[in-house]
Amino acid sequence: MRTLFYELYGKYGGKVVDFHGWELPIQFEGIIKEHNCVREKVGLFDVSHMGEILVTGKGAIEFVDFAVTNNVQKLVNGQILYTPMCRQNGTIVDDLLVYKFNDEKILLVVNASNIEKDFSHLKSLINKHNVKIENLSSEYVQLALQGPKAAFIIDELIEENVDNIGFFHFIETSIDSVPVLISRTGYTQEDGFEIYFTKLSKAHFIYEKIIKQGEKYGICPIGLGARDTLRFEGGLMLYGNDLDDTTTPLEARLNWAMDLEKDFNGSIALLKQKEQGIERRLTGIKMIDKGIPRQGYELYDIDKNLVGVVTSGTKSPTLGEALALGYVKHPLWKKDIELYIKIRDKFLKCITVKYPFYKKPSLTMVNGL
Amino acid sequence: MADTLLYAKTHEWVKVKGNIATIGISDYAQGELGDIVFVEMPEVDDEFESQNSLGSIESVKTVTEFYAPISGTVVEINEALEDTPENINEDPFGEGWILKLKISDETELEELMGSSDYKFYLKELHEEED
Repeated sequence: MRTLFYELYGKYGGKVVDFHGWELPIQFEGIIKEHNCVREKVGLFDVSHMGEILVTGKGAIEFVDFAVTNNVQKLVNGQILYTPMCRQNGTIVDDLLVYKFNDEKILLVVNASNIEKDFSHLKSLINKHNVKIENLSSEYVQLALQGPKAAFIIDELIEENVDNIGFFHFIETSIDSVPVLISRTGYTQEDGFEIYFTKLSKAHFIYEKIIKQGEKYGICPIGLGARDTLRFEGGLMLYGNDLDDTTTPLEARLNWAMDLEKDFNGSIALLKQKEQGIERRLTGIKMIDKGIPRQGYELYDIDKNLVGVVTSGTKSPTLGEALALGYVKHPLWKKDIELYIKIRDKFLKCITVKYPFYKKPSLTMVNGL
Repeated sequence: MADTLLYAKTHEWVKVKGNIATIGISDYAQGELGDIVFVEMPEVDDEFESQNSLGSIESVKTVTEFYAPISGTVVEINEALEDTPENINEDPFGEGWILKLKISDETELEELMGSSDYKFYLKELHEEED
């Protein structure tokens, strides 16, 4: 599959790879350059492969609140929520964003590789809820504009004052009379925005408009490679790596995105897991010996017993250190525990550390207070 | 592409001077890997048969092994790559050389490709992808 921007990748020097059946650019100028461009200036990502599922009807809030772990009832109109969505046994179907338009209209933005799975899972939960669910993934274009300069560009493209779009809030507006939804969200641990629109014929126009408006801020097109290193440093979960069909939000340290006071699909299993204590938990890992941890590498305790596995790892472009996320057995997930990681038959020393490795700077104010 | 070099199918290049072979990876290989951040080297005096793994090259995105294009004994490694592995990206045929082998069987050099054969080989690889 290709997004509508496929023809533009070549123009900007993109190198295309297969990503869950999508032909997407792994890089343009180079992963490290693109990574730094987002941390220091601003980058534009084509994330149109992401899925959009619309929930409408009188029971929309109640239904989504039952389907996901975080609390949807507390959202105001125009607010967004990050949340896992679980099975009855507490394992994670997907992690997603919930956009509340109003009490009867909610948009779920889900991972590309999970669209079909999520859609059928949601349908299985409808029962007596008064809702309609539509998979609109092919009707939406999604771009992400991320980095400390992103707010300046958005401010120049829309009539509204960008400073009024709060973190994890969105507005419906227009860019050159193309209706768009702009949210202050992202997957980079920088200030940034995600832009959604359904006028597909305007896809190239909007992309090029943003690139042109961003020129004076040093904008770069960004590929999947830097998207991964940016989210990794920011401690943001990648479904398929750090989360999958066997992990629970408690194991993934997503307690903050879960409301165990409310009744939701999987809450009974998760309360039970919390009570009994969890056996493995996600932790940050920093290399002591030289080597770079990668997904699937095994973790061992000091007596060389297998105690866990790496789910994401790379040499962090911002911090210059070889870092990883991985699941380890109780109680080795605590901070400052020395472990071994097995890299090509060698046992190399590493130590558990806190994550996120990189923390979000404050939002950029364009027009002042 | 450097014309006087020999190439292996696994994208290493070889430059022969006397009985010493300097080895690196091709421009194509560094481009496929992207930003290189770490090279895991063998040690001086380690012996390798042709096609044995010499070590590994890590880029931001992935890791790949590199192989001995010919049999030999390591006589020198490029220690500068420890601090500046990006030399492989920036100058794969020069500053980005990886190690030197003392050649143990010169007849193995005949198995390697010249630059025009290697160019043709890359072209075929691309056609298979398409």
